[in-house]
Amino acid sequence: MLELVLISTLNGVLYGMLLFMMASGLTLIFSMMGVLNFAHASFYMLGAFFGFQIGRHAGFWTALMAAPVVTGIIGALTERYGLRNVHRHGHVAELLFTFGLAFVIEEAVQIIWGKAPVDYRVPKLLDFPAFTVFSTNYPAYKLFMLLVSIGIFLVLFVVLRRSRIGLIIQASLTHPNMVAMLGHNVPRVFMLIFGLGCALAGVAGVIAGPALVTQSNMAGLLGPILFVVVVVGGLGSLPGAFIASLLIGLIQTFAVSINASLADLCRAFGLTPDVSASELWTVTVAQIAPVIPYLLLVLVLVLRPAGLMGTRET
Amino acid sequence: MSEVAETGLAVRTMARWHMALRRQLPWFAAALLFAALPLVFRSGTALTMMSLIGIMIIFALSYNMLLGQTGMLSFGHAVYYGLGAFSAAHAMNAIIRAKYPIPVPIIPLIGGIAGLAFGVLFGSVSTRRGGTVFAMISLGLGELVASSSLILRDFFGGEEGITTNRARLFRVFGLSFGPQIEVYYLIAGWCLLCMIAIYALTRTPFGRICNAVRDNPVRVEFIGYSPSMVRFIAFCLAGFFAGIAGGLAAINFEIVNASYLGLQQSGVVLLAAYIGGIGYFIGPVLGAILVTYLQIMLSDITEIWQLYFGLMFIAVVMFAPGGIAGLLAMHVPLLQARALHRLALPYLLTIAAASLVAIGMVTVIELTHHLLVNAAEGSAMQLFGLSIDAATAWPWLIAAALILCGSVLTRAVWPSTAQAWNDAIPILPKGAPR
Repeated sequence: MLELVLISTLNGVLYGMLLFMMASGLTLIFSMMGVLNFAHASFYMLGAFFGFQIGRHAGFWTALMAAPVVTGIIGALTERYGLRNVHRHGHVAELLFTFGLAFVIEEAVQIIWGKAPVDYRVPKLLDFPAFTVFSTNYPAYKLFMLLVSIGIFLVLFVVLRRSRIGLIIQASLTHPNMVAMLGHNVPRVFMLIFGLGCALAGVAGVIAGPALVTQSNMAGLLGPILFVVVVVGGLGSLPGAFIASLLIGLIQTFAVSINASLADLCRAFGLTPDVSASELWTVTVAQIAPVIPYLLLVLVLVLRPAGLMGTRET
Repeated sequence: MSEVAETGLAVRTMARWHMALRRQLPWFAAALLFAALPLVFRSGTALTMMSLIGIMIIFALSYNMLLGQTGMLSFGHAVYYGLGAFSAAHAMNAIIRAKYPIPVPIIPLIGGIAGLAFGVLFGSVSTRRGGTVFAMISLGLGELVASSSLILRDFFGGEEGITTNRARLFRVFGLSFGPQIEVYYLIAGWCLLCMIAIYALTRTPFGRICNAVRDNPVRVEFIGYSPSMVRFIAFCLAGFFAGIAGGLAAINFEIVNASYLGLQQSGVVLLAAYIGGIGYFIGPVLGAILVTYLQIMLSDITEIWQLYFGLMFIAVVMFAPGGIAGLLAMHVPLLQARALHRLALPYLLTIAAASLVAIGMVTVIELTHHLLVNAAEGSAMQLFGLSIDAATAWPWLIAAALILCGSVLTRAVWPSTAQAWNDAIPILPKGAPR
């Protein structure tokens, strides 16, 4: 039992931190510009593939430096030449533009790298078990992922709260017009923020690529969960995204290990339900684990649309 | 009344009937068109495509009830389409087993009622807010239902889905609805009914209040209506019509699986409605026709048709947010002022120049795709009916030349289009949108 709890907690925290790495960029973009970037998971995928490609020629560590930069530049260019033109048509048009962009990026990745998974490996330096918990070896690479995620959170937090550019970003969250009138080049700041958000997604991609499968459908698999994290955490709140990603990571990891169903619960209270009447009785918690984040999303949106720690609703 | 007055009244009544009939002329024309199409396009492919277009028209129109009419962007509308299809398939199987005297034409109604029921269920939680929050809830609900489809295997049939057999239902007028032509006429009939119903809805006071909620929800509250109640009712009605489309799809394909519910299907209907133009009633109809046609024809020509779809969607979002219907409507004042011919030459030149760029870019994309993904097949390939060798330099050089020349020509020719429009504006009727 203790082994289960410990390992689930470790895995849950790891998964949650991975989600946070991706959600941090999305929250940043959303708090700045009010546009929910559907293509964020696609930039994560681009980061993974660029990391793989650059890593093949120059090693993992160069890829870790270079791939996010490339992804960030692509993001900045998208903002400059695409999103900025669409901005004047309203929020719906922006959402739709990023929706179409996600589609196109996935197709482009399929054209260049194909539909099969690519052989993106953990670098040799980190390919050893860090410690052993109850006879399960914990790879050092996962600890590395955890460290990088925490590092990103700390850096972002410090930059947003303590630096001048962070002050401008925070002000643009609630008073974008005033910030523009104070003389800051708000469009250029938007472009930098979008690029930074995409670079963060790229870092997440480079790091998560070897751990999760690097394939052209990885954006579609992780994309909706990202939105759950951002919305549950609160639109515009970075600590909220941190808490929400940990929450969802832990809930999903623990749920997968619970093999109890509604019928089991009834039996614990001494009732005997008729399990042949409907399959809802025998569906275990582990089976509905993929669905739980969306249940949480709907619950939060109905009860508290601003999210757990959010400052705005749209 | 006096004789003169009586005659006058009779004449005025006849004139009113005459005017009313003339206003409904488009519907008679549409009915005639639907009836006559299979006589012109007789092949099996054409019949299948027309059936699919009919289903998509209803689906896209139901989606536009949300997006264009009430301003609710939904990423999970396929849920009601899929649940309507599943309910219709289960109903058909139950009817076959119990031998109820319910014929095939009633089945879409069952799908519609299921769509309505689920619309009421999910709408009660989704429609409290509008805008981004509603879009996110719809996305979450869509993923929820799509993920549940593998968990609740009795209703959703697991990975194989639910199959049914439309020819085993009760027959009316000797029609078994086995042959595709009979299914086509069924779909065409329901399509016409739904088009009339949805159009009529837009003309009611409810439809107008939906438009008001789209434009200014706060003000709607001040005039005494509840935006969330209006959104809820619009949502339920949209679910009803989506369920009808799902029921027709269940009849047409005789198999329903989880792909009917997923984000992909929601994306297709969003694409169709938006490309067609969400500001006009006819927009989703045009979009549905175009998207279905491209989906079927384009996938035969190239493997990466989805990329072209995505690019087309982005182009519409960036350059023509009014969609095809918006573009056509832009030219109506010119048509009324009989000045359309002034734009003919500039448009021709611009389209020719832009086509060069398009052909060049398509060539580059196809060459890249062939070299990178289909490398095992060698470097020879077919493009635009010509056999070319992707490994040589010639196709790349020609493509680059096309893109370069096309861009230069477009830049040279574009000012003439702008000038033609500028010249045409003074002669437009007063009050026309400029």
